[in-house]
Amino acid sequence: MVPAGGAPALQCHNQMTSQEAIESLDKSFDSKIQDKTEFRGETTFTIAAENLREIAKFCRDELSFDYLLDITSIDNFGEEPRFEIVYHLYSMPYAAHLRLKLKVSEEVGALDTISDIWPTADWHEREIYDMMGIKFNGHPDLRRILMWDGYPFFPLRKDFPLAGLPSDMPDVAFTKITPLEGGPFVTIPSTAGSKDREPRARPPQL
Amino acid sequence: MAETRATAYDSKIEGNVIFTRFDAALNWVRKNSLWPMPMGLACCAIELMATAASRFDISRFGAEVMRFSPRQCDVMIVAGTVTYKMALAVKRIYEQMPEPKWVIAMGACASTGGMYRSYAVLQGIDQLLPVDVYISGCPPRPEALLAGLMKLQEKISGQPAFKDQQPQLAEKLEEVLT
Repeated sequence: MVPAGGAPALQCHNQMTSQEAIESLDKSFDSKIQDKTEFRGETTFTIAAENLREIAKFCRDELSFDYLLDITSIDNFGEEPRFEIVYHLYSMPYAAHLRLKLKVSEEVGALDTISDIWPTADWHEREIYDMMGIKFNGHPDLRRILMWDGYPFFPLRKDFPLAGLPSDMPDVAFTKITPLEGGPFVTIPSTAGSKDREPRARPPQL
Repeated sequence: MAETRATAYDSKIEGNVIFTRFDAALNWVRKNSLWPMPMGLACCAIELMATAASRFDISRFGAEVMRFSPRQCDVMIVAGTVTYKMALAVKRIYEQMPEPKWVIAMGACASTGGMYRSYAVLQGIDQLLPVDVYISGCPPRPEALLAGLMKLQEKISGQPAFKDQQPQLAEKLEEVLT
């Protein structure tokens, strides 16, 4: 496994700016980039799931995006393809951000791991598997990370109720429905004091 | 030189004999050396540690011997949020404690789930264990834990200790004595 780090890339691209690096990605993978958006100096590329590993390797080795900040999964319930995965990359030498987005349909429900490219992806991918139920092909240790082994649901999916679901096997997966009378108990995001922001029963105003 | 004088009990007059109920003696022993099982699961455990430290000094009530082995414990202090992931482990540790045993649910989370109305959190440890004393607070101050401990001591001193431990022998004795 190649150690994650931008040292060799930094030497050969010493003069390159982050803008040039992103443009070179655009050129090198022109046909494989489906969409490119820029917002407040940060670039987002939409790519296809099958090109992920190739582009990720290029970003790390050639463009010195040596730091994987986070992997996020989004459930666009009701849309097709249902799931969206977002990779947040950061380049230490250029102090630049780059975002890679890709879509995964519910039938496929799996994509390639990048835990050998950025080792930190190991636990991020486990968390996505745990909360969303998306599998990662080639992951060295794809187990649940927050919930326990034997828990039958994926709690961050939109079709999972806020109160939870009871389990059929109370010995392995002991869990019940949470009472939410008068709920949900939510806060109001504002600059008000903590007394006003305190989570209270605020039924949606219909 | 001042002379010390036993006011309640004078062995010279009364001899080396004390009359009491067996239950009362047993309960007196039990309630003054409650060894806690510190089941620290969240921030309440910090208050539990403060209670054990010098300022509040839980040893004034004979409960300073925190054992991390359930085999040597009398009272489990469930201090913190019990997630479903941890719930069956807590139950198993409780089952490993020898009889007689008691449970203190310390704080809002252990008592009712507290602010965690969540799919991941057990809504009160009393769904799994027989709780003797509930302590409110989020987290409760050390004084509240000590008050809870004293409540438990009160409860213990009223229990039929001998009958609970040896029900058959107690029945036989009752038959013989009546």
